[in-house]
Amino acid sequence: MYIIIIGGGQVGYYLAKALLDEGHELLVLEKDAARTAFICNELGSVAIRGDGCEMATLEEAGAGRADMFVAVTGDDEDNLVSCQAAKHKFNVPRTVARVNNPKNETIFKKMGIDVTISSTQKILESIEEEVPTHPITHLLDIQEQGLEMVEVKVPPHATTIGKTVKELRLPAGNTLLLVIRGQQKPFAPDEDTVLEAEDEIVAITTPETEEALGTALRGS
Amino acid sequence: MKVIIMGCGRVGGRLAGLLATEGHDVTILDLNDYSFRRLPPDFGGTALVGNGTDEDTLKKAGIEQADAFIALTQGDNRNIMACQIAKHIFNVPRVLCRTYDPLRRDLFGSLGIESFSPTTIFSDMIKEKLLKEKP
Repeated sequence: MYIIIIGGGQVGYYLAKALLDEGHELLVLEKDAARTAFICNELGSVAIRGDGCEMATLEEAGAGRADMFVAVTGDDEDNLVSCQAAKHKFNVPRTVARVNNPKNETIFKKMGIDVTISSTQKILESIEEEVPTHPITHLLDIQEQGLEMVEVKVPPHATTIGKTVKELRLPAGNTLLLVIRGQQKPFAPDEDTVLEAEDEIVAITTPETEEALGTALRGS
Repeated sequence: MKVIIMGCGRVGGRLAGLLATEGHDVTILDLNDYSFRRLPPDFGGTALVGNGTDEDTLKKAGIEQADAFIALTQGDNRNIMACQIAKHIFNVPRVLCRTYDPLRRDLFGSLGIESFSPTTIFSDMIKEKLLKEKP
């Protein structure tokens, strides 16, 4: 796959390194000359100096044949504009943008960016999940369908202990995938599975219903 | 008419003054309050320190009631992003964008952002003056 990365900062550099290891063809566009030279020294000639929002630079970078376009600079407006240029001018099938201000995710989505990654939001979530009493751990986002995979732990004195899955008021569209119980082999629950204290439950939910799922599994 | 101008440079400051003098309700935004020195001393509008690509700042500036939004900062991308927020999130009826890069102007023009490029306007104008007008 041919992938163009805009921004050769920490994120851009390590992403380039990882994608090269996977055998992809790639190009990093970086505004700063010294940074461009650094990347070329470390990874081979995979970086060129240039502004990823300039149409001429994108043309030169072969944006027209890129399979994927990833903008990871520290400036949201640059990430937005370069992804829009890639999408609308060069018809790149998949555009991914880093969003620094979580408030900008809505506008990015509305402007047709395929995937947005809010670094601030990700860091917040990861730290939140380290708080021992945090009810829901995010495992995976399935962005296109607006779904997410989460893990919910049933607390020791939850009002839901002893109830069957059938009796729980699960929000519509939510599915329980797996129950991890002590040393037992994890199993897929059915509607007659009875909840026990300390069960860890992996489920599919949506951002809108995850709170209701937490309540359904942990009681109020 | 309620107008929000983003960027208080020479053009933004002057435009804000002109519109306010004609009785329009003008709010001008800039990241740096030192820029507001460019406003005329008798400026009757509102000057607000803040980032025009931030929705909360735009709300504070009254974008929900605005009739027009004009982006005049030095950064093309900032202007384009702010205009898209004004147009697509807040449905401001008239949105104008300065884009120095003519190619970017063309692209976002085709995506529905009314945009003009001083680069082409001035170079055409100067060429015209030089070649067609006798002093």
